Amino acid sequence: MIINHPLLGPRDAQEFTYLGDATLIDRPDGMADAAPEAFHDYLHLRDNPAGTHRELWYHEGGDRSWLVVTRDTRTHEITRVDLARDVALQRGRGA
Amino acid sequence: MSGYRLQGGQIDRTRTLPFRFDGRSHSGHPGDTLASALLANGVRLMGRSFKYHRPRGVLTAGSEEPNALVTLRSGARAEPNTRATVAELFDGLEATSQNRWPSLAFDAMGVNDWLAPFLSAGFYYKTFMWPAAFWERVYEPIIRRAAGLGALSGQDDPDDYDKGFLHCDLLVIGAGPAGLSAALTAGRAGARVILADEDFRMGGRLNAESFALGEMRGAEWAAQAVAELASLDNVRLMPRTTVIGAFDHGVYGAVERVADHLPIPPEGKPRQILWRITTARTLLCAGATERPVAFADNDRPGIMLAGAMRAYANRWAVAPGKRVALFVNNDDGLRTAQDLAAQGVRVSAIIDSRPYAPDPGIPGARHLPGALVIGSAGRLGLDTITVRTAQGREFRIDADALGVSGGWNPNVHLTCHQRGRPVWDDALAAFVPGADLPGGMAVAGAAAGVFSTHGALQSGHAAAARALEDLGRSAPAPTLPQAEDTPIDLRPLWHVPGKGRAWLDFQNDVTVKDIKLAHQENFRSVEHMKRYTTLGMATDQGKTSNLPALAIMAELTGKTIAETGTTIFRPPYTPVSLGVLAGRARGKDFKPTRLTPTHHWAKARGAVFVEAGLWLRAQYFPRPGETHWRETVDREVLAVRAAVGLCDVTTLGKIDIQGRDAAEFVNRVYANGFAKLAVGRVRYGLMLREDGFLMDDGTTARLAEDHFVMTTTTANAGPVYRHLEFARQCLWPGLDVQLISTTDAWAQIAVAGPRSRTLLQRVVDPGHDISNAAFPFMACAEITICGGLRARLFRISFSGELAYEIAVPARYGHALMERLMEKGADLGVTPYGTEALGVLRIEKGHATANELNGQTTARDLGMGRMVSDKKDSIGAVLSRREGMNREDGLHLVGLRALNTGSRLAAGSHLLERGADAVAANDLGWVTSACWSPHLEAPIALAFLKSGAARMGETVRAVNLLSGQDTAVEIVSPHFIDPEGERLRA
Repeated sequence: MIINHPLLGPRDAQEFTYLGDATLIDRPDGMADAAPEAFHDYLHLRDNPAGTHRELWYHEGGDRSWLVVTRDTRTHEITRVDLARDVALQRGRGA
Repeated sequence: MSGYRLQGGQIDRTRTLPFRFDGRSHSGHPGDTLASALLANGVRLMGRSFKYHRPRGVLTAGSEEPNALVTLRSGARAEPNTRATVAELFDGLEATSQNRWPSLAFDAMGVNDWLAPFLSAGFYYKTFMWPAAFWERVYEPIIRRAAGLGALSGQDDPDDYDKGFLHCDLLVIGAGPAGLSAALTAGRAGARVILADEDFRMGGRLNAESFALGEMRGAEWAAQAVAELASLDNVRLMPRTTVIGAFDHGVYGAVERVADHLPIPPEGKPRQILWRITTARTLLCAGATERPVAFADNDRPGIMLAGAMRAYANRWAVAPGKRVALFVNNDDGLRTAQDLAAQGVRVSAIIDSRPYAPDPGIPGARHLPGALVIGSAGRLGLDTITVRTAQGREFRIDADALGVSGGWNPNVHLTCHQRGRPVWDDALAAFVPGADLPGGMAVAGAAAGVFSTHGALQSGHAAAARALEDLGRSAPAPTLPQAEDTPIDLRPLWHVPGKGRAWLDFQNDVTVKDIKLAHQENFRSVEHMKRYTTLGMATDQGKTSNLPALAIMAELTGKTIAETGTTIFRPPYTPVSLGVLAGRARGKDFKPTRLTPTHHWAKARGAVFVEAGLWLRAQYFPRPGETHWRETVDREVLAVRAAVGLCDVTTLGKIDIQGRDAAEFVNRVYANGFAKLAVGRVRYGLMLREDGFLMDDGTTARLAEDHFVMTTTTANAGPVYRHLEFARQCLWPGLDVQLISTTDAWAQIAVAGPRSRTLLQRVVDPGHDISNAAFPFMACAEITICGGLRARLFRISFSGELAYEIAVPARYGHALMERLMEKGADLGVTPYGTEALGVLRIEKGHATANELNGQTTARDLGMGRMVSDKKDSIGAVLSRREGMNREDGLHLVGLRALNTGSRLAAGSHLLERGADAVAANDLGWVTSACWSPHLEAPIALAFLKSGAARMGETVRAVNLLSGQDTAVEIVSPHFIDPEGERLRA
């Protein structure tokens, strides 16, 4: 597979480490009242779509960027690649 | 030479190549394959079939060959199951037939052929069912002995294999008329083109046919095209290269046989290379494979495909026999009769299953339209065939060779590697590529079902022009030569009804009867049929047999072939040697080896090394006279406890963390508090996974307000760094913090023992006070040593003694070790390895990867209270789950053998006295064990249920594998200095 790195251009998938569902970005607040339930959902409940999937890849053999790759799990077609940092900021994560 | 060699051909008659087959000497010419050279020498019998040990000759002239499999070369280079049809002849080639004993002509296992009525499809499934106790002890050894064709040498392969990467705009697979035409179009347009072909001579069927392209013979035109392509810098020609698979996003796997055609690879050259080709566009021009017609005893040596016969005659100048008959259902097969007759080979009969078939008018040949071949005879080779005419008359015809043509199947395999399905074309009576091709791929020529030469040239050009357009280039105008453009007028015929066994899969011995049996027993889907009969599961993957078999199944089920469908084609296209898949990753080169900065110093001192992940670490440093490793390790341990020892600890991961929010960041990734860690101080940190289990531990030093240095365990250096980057980029992108791994940048040496301060004071530059008062336990500082060398000093202790770790830029590690040894000679300074390091930390009760195995918690380690509930750190929330905080949970304890002569091993399980050694009685397990020279007893660390409440009690450590059953006392894991006085001294 080829992943089109937003900064480095097309790179072979062998340079990357796969983590999984990009919803791992949405880590709950550990000090909130319902934190145990929120963390249970965050850690254990994932969608497993046949189709478009947003997932985290780490450019371990490269610039050490975490990327959010939008991939069709049926065809491996990759339609979008973003820096995970940008996605996290867009999703309201900050300090 | 026997009388089988004809005039002409693409062989170099100026040179003669001697070779041996089954010990007999023969000769051939450069340009020959082993198969063509054997046929030229009158050798028809080349192998025995897999199951019935039937005598077999060559069926094809290409990589689809099911029969003529031999063992090539001998000794360590012996390569079983090599297809004689693609093995290039070289001087001194040595080949041996397979699957026969004692000889190819007389094979004792030929008795299986007489037992055939009992050995039908499913025989093994039905026969070896009971008793179950026989499966592994009786049946499997018997079946294994009988299975397989050639045997491996059992020796190391002496040759090198390599891997490489290539990139191009257009990959053209196959160098027949379509591929050459496409490569010329794209090459002339300036695109980066790779043209790969499995053959050693490019040209495909142009080399095997006699017809003209323009004013030239086909083979001449091909040679000229190849010469032009070779002159273009933007074109890479790759003969002897099989594209084995189409992978995602335009990535193709290809095996180049660099030196298979030579006796041994030239010095410094690999035998084969596995290429990973990344391409923008791909053109599959893989041609087509001829298919046989099944009739009774159609597997006799001398019976081959009509197109192969033509290839042997035209390309290799070999007559397939003295009296040749043909059995065809299409016009293409008739070309064989014409070409053979033109070469002066006697054609005795043309049996054409089409009632309306035209007579090609071959002098001396009987033309039998509407007739069928219904049998064959001859010992070890064909002598006669039996024919039934359209009128039902049966008679024999003398023939020592029979060419069979049932039509051609486009080689669609690579179009299916991304789950694409081929579609049935009724007009061609063949599967052609479907619409769902791998991304960027197009198909041209016979692979696309365009069977005429003109069509191949035209479609190759057109497809290349479309690819160029996609790439933003314009195609040059075509310059296609005149070529034949005749349809082959095929009337489908899959098998001739009648008695006797009619072969479909020659290699796995699957007959028409087996397909009928599969149907009868309801294995009717093609995938079931395949597995039930093993059709298509041999090394040739059914290239000649799949379609006839599923056509017969379609007949039996009353469905169309389109409805019946085909099995899925998967990579590789042809067999690939394991050697080339491994490449250079063999033996010690399987993975990289990382050396510590003091490796060469340790090696010079005679250290014994141990692998720790990718690292090689000094395990212990034997001295002359020491006869047992434990003698050495005990000495090293006692030297640290009594004087001072040195150990290279560079392999521990080091992560440099800087930024305004560095303290906040560290505070969130560790379970215990770090926000208030003072500058110049070090703290032990527990890192949890988000699920609350322990991930790693280590010490982290604060060198400045905005600067931390974290250490990780050796094994987790990579994973922890990845985890921190995840936290930094994905969880808290707003924090001002930057990370970099400095594991390799700093050499770090542990200086441990009561005299460590005295030793360090001799190298630390004046002006840096490292007295106990000025530089207490858990202090750190950036200092200079040895007259100005920058260094980092950490007062931390893994051994439990007064100890430090000192880091210098990696290139000074070796020199620092030598300096410390020199300055500490009078202090009794002793280098120690990982073994003593382990003993020291077990005696102190410090955890490592043995204890942090991914299933244990801070609470299990007795550190539950370190997990702060005052802050949100990774893993804190879920570490508080009820199940992870049970009163009867595991606790880390120390164990001490009651009998000092007994043995304790890590991995032993803990049991009550008198309890049976069964899982239900399991109380926990030993994580780390050693002989403690300090206590003079075997000791261990272990996880024990409710262990903290059981101090002083006795349990057993049981290791069923080594037969150990050792009574142990449960003690504190801190065997030495539980109050920590030594390390604060």
